[in-house]
Amino acid sequence: MSPEFAGGQVAIEILYLVASVLFIFSLKWMSSPTTARHGIWAGEAGMVLAIAGTLLRHGLVDYRLIAIALVLGAIIGVPLGRVAMTAVPQRTALSHAFGALCVTLVGSAEFYLRAPAISRFMMSVLAVEVILGGLTVTGSLMAAGKLQEILPQRPLTYKGQNLVNFLLLGVALVIAVTLVLHPERQSLFPFMVLLALIFGVLLIIPIGGADMPTVISLLNGYAGLSASAMGFVLDSKLLIIAGALDGSSGLILSIIMSKAMNRSFTNVLFGAFGQVQTQAAAGEAKPVRSATPEEAAAILAAANRVIIVPGYGMAVAQAQHKVRELYDSLTKRGVDVRFAIHPVAGRMPGHMNVLLAEADIPYDRLIEMDEINGDFPQTDVALVIGANDVTNPAARSDTTSPIYGMPILDVDKAHTAMVIKRSMNPGFAGIDNPLYYLDNTLMLFGDAKSFVGSVVRELGGGHS
Amino acid sequence: MSNGSNLIDALFIFVLAGFIGFEVIRRVSPLLHTPLMSLTNALDAIAVVGAIVLVGEHKTSLAAIFGFIAVVAATSNIVGGFLITDRMLKMFKSSRPATKQ
Repeated sequence: MSPEFAGGQVAIEILYLVASVLFIFSLKWMSSPTTARHGIWAGEAGMVLAIAGTLLRHGLVDYRLIAIALVLGAIIGVPLGRVAMTAVPQRTALSHAFGALCVTLVGSAEFYLRAPAISRFMMSVLAVEVILGGLTVTGSLMAAGKLQEILPQRPLTYKGQNLVNFLLLGVALVIAVTLVLHPERQSLFPFMVLLALIFGVLLIIPIGGADMPTVISLLNGYAGLSASAMGFVLDSKLLIIAGALDGSSGLILSIIMSKAMNRSFTNVLFGAFGQVQTQAAAGEAKPVRSATPEEAAAILAAANRVIIVPGYGMAVAQAQHKVRELYDSLTKRGVDVRFAIHPVAGRMPGHMNVLLAEADIPYDRLIEMDEINGDFPQTDVALVIGANDVTNPAARSDTTSPIYGMPILDVDKAHTAMVIKRSMNPGFAGIDNPLYYLDNTLMLFGDAKSFVGSVVRELGGGHS
Repeated sequence: MSNGSNLIDALFIFVLAGFIGFEVIRRVSPLLHTPLMSLTNALDAIAVVGAIVLVGEHKTSLAAIFGFIAVVAATSNIVGGFLITDRMLKMFKSSRPATKQ
């Protein structure tokens, strides 16, 4: 190794170090909306430095192919950066798949470049990289398919499902151990990857839409951990750090999400939530009180304090802009309007905040569950738009309910609760919601977008 | 090539970076959890550096082909991830009179 070459190496490593620091700052600045955009600049700068440093590396010969790949990736990336805000959950799932695909392919290529001369530790890390990467690729594609509604959203379960899944993973691990001990058995490697890919599919089959926030976070964590494992294989500290940051982010988010559903990871992945309740949903028809848009508008206009509770239904109905009009016209009348955001409302962490911010609702009006829950008893109207399980009082009292113990928004404690809903059909998880039968609850039947639109018209104004 | 002490170094880095990640992410406002996820996704696509080396070194056709697809996938995450995160963050506005911070 010539001295100049070593000097070049040091320079590249320093570029990587600077990039790592920029990545950490990038995440640090995400702590508040006022600094968050600096975070993007830091991230972009770090990325440019890291790629530049890599291109300077000694031993690269085929720059043309690199350039083609970079340009092609950018061409695919631009439309993925321009999707509608309602499509963000499936876009996120898709990008987890892309990230994991990169890791899995690089891991596989490294295996064939190195085997059989591969140390036991290296082979173990490589196996972790490829198995985690592989299951994240197909798992994320499945999740994206379900979110895009290409695939059925209902959880699919069958007898012995968990046993089949565990067996599959078990066989993959046995192959991994075999490869660690006998790296010359290269023909086993594709089977390990294949099993990981199949396991990813099977893992997501029993997942229902309501569990998506947890599952997307978990896949995010896996993608990060597999990238970190890749850093071990390539001896790249930058990659280890970036992967560890992404991995801890995904894991923290999954912990927050599963806490917000009062469930453990294992329960989310192996519990198959949705199918438990099919018979309970077909209960007797209890009387409910309903109201027209005119009546709802009159009640809202007379209120001092209103809390709006958005859920996935608002996203499906694309009602967020009409909700903004409602917010404007009520605010103009001097009504205090805030939004109560449950951590798992929607299909990914923070989904509702992004939709409402897109509709120009100021972020200081979007209040987290723990902060706003105490205010419901002093609230005149709680207006639920497209949310169901996160408002279900059975979670507080009914020990037989499958969502018992889940923290909910105390909508039922408001003087009046109004719920916009298409019909009395139970929600996605098929769990009956006693909120709808309470004396202080008014059901507003109809499509969220057109109903809110009619209320706004009744209030007169909002759209000038 | 990495020997034993390199691997231990790598483990130290992994564990410490995990702690930093945990402490930093814990402070992220729940308001921004969606952009956080798209940002970490873009940062995670730094895996592109490994793929670039595979393509650039062109040791075997298999490695070059796998590397090529990997570079495309990761680059699309970098570009798309930063773009959408920026779009999202631009949307977050405060109702308080615009005092520049």
